[in-house]
Amino acid sequence: MLEAAELECERGARTLFRGVSLAVKAGDLLRVAGANGSGKTSLLRILCGLATPSAGEVRWKGQPIAGMKEEYARELVYIGHAPAVKDDLTPSENLAITCRLAGRPASAEALRAALAQLGVPELPVRKLSQGQRRRAALARLWVSDAPLWLLDEPYSALDADGMEALNGRIGSHAAAGGAVVYTTHQEVGIRSTQVVDLGAGA
Amino acid sequence: MLAVARCVVHRDLLLALRRRSDVATALLFFVIVASLFPLGIGAEPNLLRAIAPGVIWVAALLSSMLSLGRLFAADHADGTLEQMLLGAAPLGVVVVAKGLAHWLVSGLPLVAIAPLIALQYDLAPGLYGVLALSLLLGTPVLSLIGAIGAALTLGLRGGGVLLALLVLPLYVPVLILGAGSVEMAAAGLAPDGQLLLLGALLVVAAAFAPWAIAAALRISME
Repeated sequence: MLEAAELECERGARTLFRGVSLAVKAGDLLRVAGANGSGKTSLLRILCGLATPSAGEVRWKGQPIAGMKEEYARELVYIGHAPAVKDDLTPSENLAITCRLAGRPASAEALRAALAQLGVPELPVRKLSQGQRRRAALARLWVSDAPLWLLDEPYSALDADGMEALNGRIGSHAAAGGAVVYTTHQEVGIRSTQVVDLGAGA
Repeated sequence: MLAVARCVVHRDLLLALRRRSDVATALLFFVIVASLFPLGIGAEPNLLRAIAPGVIWVAALLSSMLSLGRLFAADHADGTLEQMLLGAAPLGVVVVAKGLAHWLVSGLPLVAIAPLIALQYDLAPGLYGVLALSLLLGTPVLSLIGAIGAALTLGLRGGGVLLALLVLPLYVPVLILGAGSVEMAAAGLAPDGQLLLLGALLVVAAAFAPWAIAAALRISME
């Protein structure tokens, strides 16, 4: 599904990584490993099309993503370092808006069920803890049927229960023919089918 | 696509409703700046009548500037802007929706309040209509042009001052035409020319600004 060839990323004058190639098939779980500052987030941003690589290209089903824009965006869920939830809205309002923006509107019941399953209270996000915010952002995975997930540090701030729930959801997504690319520092108890190691960092 | 635009407008209005103080600040700023001039210059009716259109328009310009910084910065900070860039609708549609929401909370109230301010300057009641109409046509242009600047200065240190330096010169045509239309009407001439030109500016800005804003955002987000 997703292929990347000879990606190179530069930040200012220094090269973060060079010659990174990967191929993700349906059902794959790809873990991006590497030290702090090795370019994990940059790689994910390149894969989802937010950033352009200084060399190399990313292809989705054989087509370069540079020319696809919204068509490609509709196929993926990207959850970045920042949780992308507004402090002044409630988790269900946030989730409804994110789904609508992604072109995959979900019913109110589906949203409520997803949030209830993760145990996110229906308060303004400002009043939630870091872990609950992360859960509110991740709830999107429970209502999305996009084939490709790109998750940047999805496990950060989650407790054991939360990690287990996320592992379960990632597993069922992969079993249903989806693909996941994720980064993490922790041992998360899920078996990835591939690892891309960006090394010690620059 | 329209559903996404409606969703963004609804979202931004809802956020403005939950943070009413932000909206009130820009409006109060407009009222206070416009009220300082009669206090400083003194109650000389002829002088006040003469400077009224210019002062009210400059105050509107500054007040519109004040709220621009927040247009994309908050969404940038919490990551929602990234989700908009990765949305199913073209970015141009999303930024038009954001611009519209910005105008609804920062431009439209000015149109409503301006006649009240004009009262302090003893502007002839017959001119209120022209003043409101010129603001109605001009303030959306301010929101659109300002959004280009806000997108370009996103995430920069000292972006606020840079934004003012970048955007205020671009506001000059709107200021000249807007204040000019009221002055024409005050002189007993037809303000149609200025108002039509303002309308033309609005059409041009509505057609081209979205692409400029979208391109600027993509560059800032790299």
